[in-house]
Parts: sequence; C-alpha cells; structure tokens
Amino acid sequence: MLEYLLSAEFYQIMLFYVFSGVLLGAALLVVTMRNSVYSALFLILSFFSAAALWMLLEAEFLALTLVLVYVGAVMVLFLFVVMMLDIKVKPKSGMSLYTKTGLFVALLMALEMVMLFGSKLHDSLPQDDLIRHEQGYSNVREVAESIYIQYVLPFELASVILLVAIVAAILLTLRKRKDYKHVDPESQVHVKADKNRMRIVKMKAEKGNEIGGEQ
Amino acid sequence: MSLAHYLVVAGILFVISIAGIFINRRNILILLMSIELMLLSVNINFIAFSTYLNDIQGQVFVFFILTVAAAEAAIGLAILVVIFRQRKTLETDNLSELQG
Repeated sequence: MLEYLLSAEFYQIMLFYVFSGVLLGAALLVVTMRNSVYSALFLILSFFSAAALWMLLEAEFLALTLVLVYVGAVMVLFLFVVMMLDIKVKPKSGMSLYTKTGLFVALLMALEMVMLFGSKLHDSLPQDDLIRHEQGYSNVREVAESIYIQYVLPFELASVILLVAIVAAILLTLRKRKDYKHVDPESQVHVKADKNRMRIVKMKAEKGNEIGGEQ
Repeated sequence: MSLAHYLVVAGILFVISIAGIFINRRNILILLMSIELMLLSVNINFIAFSTYLNDIQGQVFVFFILTVAAAEAAIGLAILVVIFRQRKTLETDNLSELQG
C-alpha cells in the first residue's frame, strides 16, 4: 500500500485530480462571481490549471503557449478592459428565469454526454494508459515539423488573421483629438465654384474706421 | 489514468460555461469569458485525443484555435470599448437596438 502511495503513478493521478479540481472550481467561480474583475482573475487561474493538465498530457509546447499567450496577453487585455470600463452590475434577488433555463440546459447537456459515454462508445476509446515517450523526445520538434512542413499555408494564414485583428482593434478604438484641425477632402471636392465658394456683395465704399482713421 | 478522465473534465467545463452564458446574460464581459472557457474545454479534448492516439495533428489544430481565439478576444474587447463609449453601459438589455 505504502509503495503504491509513493509510486510515480499515484503521484500523477493525484496531480490530475488536483489540477482538474482547481480548473473546475475556478470555472464555476468565473461564471458565478458578480464582480467582473474577480471573474477575470479566476479565469486566469483556470487557464493556468488547464496548462498544467496539458503538461501532464505531454503537450509541453502548447501548455507553455497557453500560459504565454492567454495568461500573459489575452487575460491582461481582459483585465485592462474590465478595469477601464466602469461597469455597474445591479444586484439581483433570487434566481431569474434565465438562471433556471441555463441550469436546465446545462443539466440536459450533461445528461446527454453521460448517455453517450455510458454506452458502448466508451469501449471504443483507447483504454490503455498514456503512451510515455522515451527520454530525448521533443514535443516542440514534433509540433514544429508538422506546422512548418505539412501546415505551412495555414500557418501563414494564421499570421494574416492576427494582422487583421491588430488592424481591426486599433481602427475600432482610434479616437481623434478634439482640437485636431483638418480639412475634409470630401466636402472640398463637393464645393461648387460659382455657387458657394465666392459671394460678391455690393456695398458703398467706406471712409475709414475709428481705430485706424487717425492718419 | 485513461482518456475518459480528461474527456469528463472537458465535458464538465463545457457544461459550466454553457450555464455561465445563461446566468450572466446581462453582463457581456462575462459572456466573452464563458466563450473562452468553452474554447478551452474543446482544446483539452483535442490535446487528450492527440496524446492518447499518438497523433500530433490534434496539437497543431489547437495551435490554430489559440490563434483565432486570441484574435477574437482582441476584436471583441475593442467592440466592447466602442459600445461603452457611445452608450455608457454594457448591459445587454440596453443594447437591443434591432429588436424593433
């Protein structure tokens, strides 16, 4: 018994349950918190736990990418927006109809999944334990060989998608300064030279005004 | 530990985020967060299958999903900022212009 408790296998199982527990608990807190700032912080925790699970699955490159890209960039953006926008959430009393509907839909989906996995389909899944790779195996090399050889074109397209996202995000939030003086080219083009550019006013000749009339 | 363990975790995560979309229907920011959680659960499924079937293509697919999800989050948040500037609110009930 003690031998089993000290074995690497037991340790791995324990890690799995700890990480999944933290992941699911944090996800529950994300959707139940009233304050969006706490939701964003718990979302960071759930992404981090998911990255730990991916490490257990020997997908090291994607686990590190998740931490770098999501925890490092996307969640900082989320937190920034949440804190920048002053969102007032009205406190609600009791469970609304939407909450009840949501719980009903969620339970129904869970039941459907249980029905699927409880049936014969379960036997067709690979039952054996995780295939352990030998020492010297590089997950990064495997992913890189796949991306840079077989999926080169989709990889380039992904960079175009990111470029479009950059342009869209900047263009959407771009704001002109209030004291910015400029000429609108469209209204310049639409000026009619004889009608609204010049107006000749007939008037009598003036005899000099009070201020400049001393000489 | 088998593949089914990971599939159950991903399934529960997906169901939680579905419930979250209904519960936080009024707060559009938490809606976006729930969508991110849903994508995460799908990614967990992809990686679990990729590892247990010893096929690297699942991980490549997750890589692309991460790219698109990051772009989606950036554009979605930019749209939220623009909406907030114009309306001074983010409650979905006040944003239903097209309802007629």
